[in-house]
Amino acid sequence: MADLSINLAGIKSPNPFWVASAPPANTAYQCHRAFEAGWGGVVWKTIGEPIVNVSSRYSSIDINGTRMVGLNNIELITDRSPETNFREIKECKERWPDHAVIASLMTDTRENWHDYMKRSADCGADGVELNFGCPHGMCERGMGSAVGQNPDVIETIVGWVMEVAEIPVIVKLTPNITSINHSARAASRAGANAISLINTINSITQVDLDRMCPEPYVAGQSTHGGYCGPAVKPIALNMVQECAADPDVNIPISGIGGISNWKDAAEFIALGSTSVQVCTAIMHYGFRIVEDMTEGLNDYLDSAGMASVNDLVGRAVQSVQRWENLDLSYKRIAAIDYDKCIGCNLCYIACEDGAHQAIALVDPDEKGVDLGPGRLPGKPVPEIKEKECVGCNLCALVCPVDQCITMVDVETGKERMSWSDYQDKLASGEMDPIPAHP
Amino acid sequence: MPIRPILDAETAARNMAEIEPKYSPQEAVVEANRCLFCFDAPCIKACPTGIDIPAFIKKITTNNLTGSARTILESNILGGSCARVCPTSVLCEGACVMLDRDQQPIKIGRLQRYATDHVFENDLQVLHAPEQKSGKRVALIGGGPASMGCAAELAQLGHEAVIFEKKPQAGGLNTYGIAYYKLTPEMSLDEVELIKQLGVEFRTGVEVGKDISVSELEKEFDAVFVGVGLGHTYRLGIPGEDLPEVQEALAFIEEFHINPLHEVAVGKRVAVIGCGNTAIDAVTQAKRLGAEQAVIIYRRGPTDMPAYVYEYDLAKRDGAEFIFHAVPVEVLEEDGHVSGLKLARSSVGADGKLTVDESDTFEMPFDMVIKALGQEKMTDMLNQLMPDLELNKNGTVKTDTNGQTNIPHVFAGGDGANGGAEVVNAVGEGKKAARGIHRLFTQEDVEGPIQWTRMGVVGDKPLGSGLNNPVRVAEDAKAFV
Ligand SMILES: Cc1cc2nc3c(=O)[nH]c(=O)nc-3n(C[C@H](O)[C@H](O)[C@H](O)COP(=O)(O)OP(=O)(O)OC[C@H]3O[C@@H](n4cnc5c(N)ncnc54)[C@H](O)[C@@H]3O)c2cc1C
Ligand SMILES: Cc1cc2nc3c(=O)[nH]c(=O)nc-3n(C[C@H](O)[C@H](O)[C@H](O)COP(=O)(O)O)c2cc1C
Ligand code: SF4
Ligand code: SF4
Ligand code: SF4
Repeated sequence: MADLSINLAGIKSPNPFWVASAPPANTAYQCHRAFEAGWGGVVWKTIGEPIVNVSSRYSSIDINGTRMVGLNNIELITDRSPETNFREIKECKERWPDHAVIASLMTDTRENWHDYMKRSADCGADGVELNFGCPHGMCERGMGSAVGQNPDVIETIVGWVMEVAEIPVIVKLTPNITSINHSARAASRAGANAISLINTINSITQVDLDRMCPEPYVAGQSTHGGYCGPAVKPIALNMVQECAADPDVNIPISGIGGISNWKDAAEFIALGSTSVQVCTAIMHYGFRIVEDMTEGLNDYLDSAGMASVNDLVGRAVQSVQRWENLDLSYKRIAAIDYDKCIGCNLCYIACEDGAHQAIALVDPDEKGVDLGPGRLPGKPVPEIKEKECVGCNLCALVCPVDQCITMVDVETGKERMSWSDYQDKLASGEMDPIPAHP
Repeated sequence: MPIRPILDAETAARNMAEIEPKYSPQEAVVEANRCLFCFDAPCIKACPTGIDIPAFIKKITTNNLTGSARTILESNILGGSCARVCPTSVLCEGACVMLDRDQQPIKIGRLQRYATDHVFENDLQVLHAPEQKSGKRVALIGGGPASMGCAAELAQLGHEAVIFEKKPQAGGLNTYGIAYYKLTPEMSLDEVELIKQLGVEFRTGVEVGKDISVSELEKEFDAVFVGVGLGHTYRLGIPGEDLPEVQEALAFIEEFHINPLHEVAVGKRVAVIGCGNTAIDAVTQAKRLGAEQAVIIYRRGPTDMPAYVYEYDLAKRDGAEFIFHAVPVEVLEEDGHVSGLKLARSSVGADGKLTVDESDTFEMPFDMVIKALGQEKMTDMLNQLMPDLELNKNGTVKTDTNGQTNIPHVFAGGDGANGGAEVVNAVGEGKKAARGIHRLFTQEDVEGPIQWTRMGVVGDKPLGSGLNNPVRVAEDAKAFV
């Protein structure tokens, strides 16, 4: 049994799984249910001056019949009063002293930030999260992503907050920027104890072509919504790693974005997150999904010989390098397992039309390949032209059969040489330019 | 003519191999992803052991196979064999919401097998008995699924469980009686090992009532569980019944569970009397072991037969024949061996009453006759073991919903109490009895693995009450199926 407990900048939690600031974290009732189901922490739905929401609010994309691969929303922060929210946080903390309850805050003036910070500490919250990320509505009023998109403003506001902070402060960043490093560094410079990312991404999911208006539909109009769910995971992972690798950031990270199961969570942790937050997957299936998360992470840590989550934090960060440092001498090529191949020839057409023309179609008799479903007498079978294959992975990605096309390392006999090394060698005259591909 | 083995070892093994092969990882993930992960899922309610089906399926999609198997085995210690032998189409899969969309139900049984195989193949220990023992000891009479379900649960609740089984191996019908192409004796014995790992003791080759008396058990143990199953096949009561080639279905099936498949004698022309699931198993396996002709003889019509439709289909696919509306009146003999059957025509009236026309008879040649008329209750044995134990009119042990009998420290479950159902019912009843025994010892209710809020709430009343007692979920399921 691995130790799942974590300590993120002083915020302790029995496991790294937190409910993200969003509808699942709206009320004490939901908070109790979340903890009963096994969540380690809850980041409360962002508290501020109560807003008024529109109807309708969410839209999503389905891919090949799978629902809600990506979700977008035009909901604002909490529509409940700060009094109600702080009172309920207090109730939750009293009932769940060992779990993390974090107040998410969004306001405007220095006085208001000070007031909210004090009330958060008074109600017993374990920490606060500053919402600098909401990309719709609130930003039009100078809050949310309007703050998060301007490093100077981040620095100023975090500075105000830190003047009075008695409990750890997490800054939640928006992905709607060119480089996440600038906002993360600003938060760190101003003294924030941790960052969390990502908030939602600006998006329009679909247009209703009869009404000539996107969803979510509000009386003939719509607006730019925040995008989240499984589809955003790669973007979130990328930004988490960028922050984790940046020596000028150097504060703990709470990873968010598209996490649906233990494996997603483990990937975020390996790329530098100490805790992970989940919204869409809960909105889809409820709090019960955490069972698979804790159990799966536990079993994974056990099988990998790691005694605690902390052993996993950041393990894969250094493997992500600048392109110029990658080894140009390394080579892999595709290999087809003809016992598994079902003869769809998707690999062929993908490589022929979409990549590098490195798969041939050959006679099955010549190739000595048995017939089978999809493989008829005279119907050609794919063959990798090993010399031509550049090792792009496309055919292996396309092949519908697990482990049918695998990518195998080829011994090139060449020494490791990165693009930077290559430039140096060219400059010193040590080698001639590599000839261009014909 | 005496009968003898027909097939060589290789052919016999091929014919009797498991019908439904194991899923590949990709097949399993694709199928698991079809599951909607329903909230108060009907499939859970339809499972007599209340397995959290959506949870274990979800874990397959994330390749958390150990966790998946744990979810299954936590609720049903024989989850591995149930995955192979359960009539899923009338249980979990029959309740799957997919059917309402005119789609194939999720293949819960095969996914369950995929997850549990992972545990057996990799020798993982996913369940644990608490270190702290209660000091209470329970004797279980019979070593079949009911007692195993009860003992495993008792062990996990911290009580000591000792199983007494008269046969040389434990497992009951799982080891000796289930169709070979569904479940091999080896798989059943793997499950016995799993239960031993929890600290349960098996005393095999010990017949209660002969080698040890109930009063001796009562001195040594704090409670007793009766999981004795059922007895012999009913007799035909016709001339020729005692010829050597007239066998009970269970005896025939047991033969190739304890001997190599190719050493078991089988007729070339086999008649099987009866048309329940046991008859189907007998006729199918006779055919697979090389019988040229295997015929079911049933006194009623096709729509009356008690066998499941999918079992009937399997027998037909295996080339078994069916003769309906016929009753055997004599086993014909030649030189002391079976030579055929004399059959009388029967008919079923509009009121369902059966009439046999003894004047309208015909003969068919057979060299083996298998009786599958249903199993007798253990009435005599039970009366002799525990004269005070109250029985139902049909001879089964009378219990309340917690498996408790009229003798407070005696509990019962499985075929011997329900009159003959499925493996999963036996496990569920055993588990329920274990919880009853726990309550007897500690006055405490057992919390099951499923949050009660998971089972849907109407008003203030939880529908399934999974938190307190997942087994009760199964009772709601009865109204459901
Ligand atoms: C031919 C056949 C095929 C079946 N196929 C299926 C199937 O495909 N799927 C399915 O779900 N169910 C099937 N069943 C039903 C299933 O096998 C039973 O419901 C289940 O085994 C009942 O479990 P049990 O523990 O109550 O009884 P059993 O499995 O009968 O176990 C009772 C045990 O008690 C022992 N015993 C009895 N008296 C004593 C004593 N005095 N001392 C010590 N030990 C004693 C017996 O030797 C036996 O091992 C089948 C049944 C038969 C007969
Ligand atoms: C309906 C909805 C409302 C949200 N409201 C908030 C909010 O009030 N404050 C906040 O910081 N993030 C809010 N978020 C963003 C989430 O906390 C989270 O950062 C984002 O959804 C990405 O995670 P996911 O892919 O697990 O959903 C909201 C998201 C959704 C879908
Ligand atoms: S989920 Fe459906 S029922 Fe619930 S608030 Fe939204 S639209 Fe209404
Ligand atoms: S894509 Fe895969 S299965 Fe299809 S032809 Fe290529 S190797 Fe065979
Ligand atoms: S009813 Fe069917 S779809 Fe729903 S959880 Fe059960 S198996 Fe999955």
